[in-house]
Amino acid sequence: MNWENIFYVLASVLFIFGIKRLSHPKTARSGNIIASMGMLIAVLTTLITGASLSYELIAIGMIVGAIIGAFFAIRVEMTQMPQMVAIFNGFGGIASALVAAAEFFNPSETLELFSLSTISLSVFIGTLTFTGSFIAFGKLQGFISGKPIVFPGQQVINFLIAISIIVLAVYIVIAPHNFNYFYLLITLSAIIGITLTIPIGGADMPVVISLLNSYSGIAAASTGFVLNNNALIISGALVGASGLILTNIMCKGMNRSLANVIFGAVGLEQSSSSEGEQKQVNIKSYSTEEAAMIFDAAEKIIVVPGYGLAVAQAQHAVREVADFLSSKDKKVLYAIHPVAGRMPGHMNVLLAEANVPYDQLKDLDEVNNEFEDCDVALVLGANDVVNPAARHDSSSPIYGMPILDVDKSQTVIINKRTMNTGFAGVQNELFGYDNSIMVFGDAKDMLQQLLKDLKDL
Amino acid sequence: MDINILTVFILAIFVGIEIITKVPPTLHTPLMSGSNAISGIAIVGAIVSTKIGGHYGTWLGLASVIFATVNVVGGFMVTDRMLKMFKKK
Repeated sequence: MNWENIFYVLASVLFIFGIKRLSHPKTARSGNIIASMGMLIAVLTTLITGASLSYELIAIGMIVGAIIGAFFAIRVEMTQMPQMVAIFNGFGGIASALVAAAEFFNPSETLELFSLSTISLSVFIGTLTFTGSFIAFGKLQGFISGKPIVFPGQQVINFLIAISIIVLAVYIVIAPHNFNYFYLLITLSAIIGITLTIPIGGADMPVVISLLNSYSGIAAASTGFVLNNNALIISGALVGASGLILTNIMCKGMNRSLANVIFGAVGLEQSSSSEGEQKQVNIKSYSTEEAAMIFDAAEKIIVVPGYGLAVAQAQHAVREVADFLSSKDKKVLYAIHPVAGRMPGHMNVLLAEANVPYDQLKDLDEVNNEFEDCDVALVLGANDVVNPAARHDSSSPIYGMPILDVDKSQTVIINKRTMNTGFAGVQNELFGYDNSIMVFGDAKDMLQQLLKDLKDL
Repeated sequence: MDINILTVFILAIFVGIEIITKVPPTLHTPLMSGSNAISGIAIVGAIVSTKIGGHYGTWLGLASVIFATVNVVGGFMVTDRMLKMFKKK
């Protein structure tokens, strides 16, 4: 047994302990530090045992990488976190693919069936993750249209590419000395990463990022198989499992299957919207002053933030309103839907940045029985996730999606900029309910005005 | 093929599922960026591959060291930045 394996096991144990500590916000930060210690041990172990003539090269690579990584980590805005995670997934994927490629070209080793298969797998997943992540990044950052990009025969082309990749992998195993097969495999993997990601709409990005996260783990694990390295296999498996669990949670949050997200091209056009628009909704529009009076009489208030809140940069404004209400001895909670942000848990981070205490942030399961004795539910820039049609209207496209039961509160105050529909393209019947009140306007302006009116009462 | 590494892989997936389902939704973004940093473990492979030599090994190795380090350093730092913000009342 090689002594370095003991250190790799130690590193893996630290990763597991680190993630375990993420089960509570109190211990989470130390968990992250523990995991990074594990990484340090793994890197140092490899540097010592993998003694090579190219220390300078490794040092240069690590310094360049560390500067770029630190720059992004310090500069990124919390609203841009999905883009950053997307691009980092891509870097992890390509790093794994490059390592596998280097092993393929290794002149001093005759590769066997198992190595050649795992190299092909690693290069395929790693490259797909890389190009797919860049498309996801482009969509989230607005470089590429967030709308699904589709063309005739897209599914057929994807299918043909997938078949070709499998055939190529077989050829690589049979004839490893013909590098052309290998180059073609890389090219096709890069193309399928793009063609699988462009038809996915902006609203479905949380699923895609989670899935790519999982892929980056699987790529690392398959590189671990290539190198026969336990540290890579264990970490890759952990990340792969994590990504899959999050993907599943996101799909459940939207009541969609993974296949529907990837191949459904949802958000393309709403030609079927005629039905939704026909339903007449009579709304009541209030001023912030009138809304302030309702808040003044309320004892329990639940805030429901949607992505519209983040777009309006209104996190701080909502926290100020909530603080003011709390100071008047009112109970204030936040109800966070699983797909409220642009990635799993995104809204929580955005609110944490605005100093909202984490014990006020409640997820779907915790909060849904709180609405019954709630006086005011304040819906900010959320739409589909509070549409009661999801519970009873089997003809609605969002039927079956888990929603926040805001309609069960005494009064629902909904802030929106316009009467536009949400991602699903359906009108929200909630807006016409007897206990619903609309306050139109930009979330930030509205909240600042509301705070002023509350103080003036 | 060594059956041991497959065993390790399968068991690690079970451990992963076990611990990750216990992470609350509030911390899902830090979980993602943190696990992202962990997938930068490819850096271990990257360092090993610089040893292969030849122009392929050297340059592919260097490129993967850079990418993996961005992932590791950026991932852990940004996760720490986020977790620092989670405060109790």
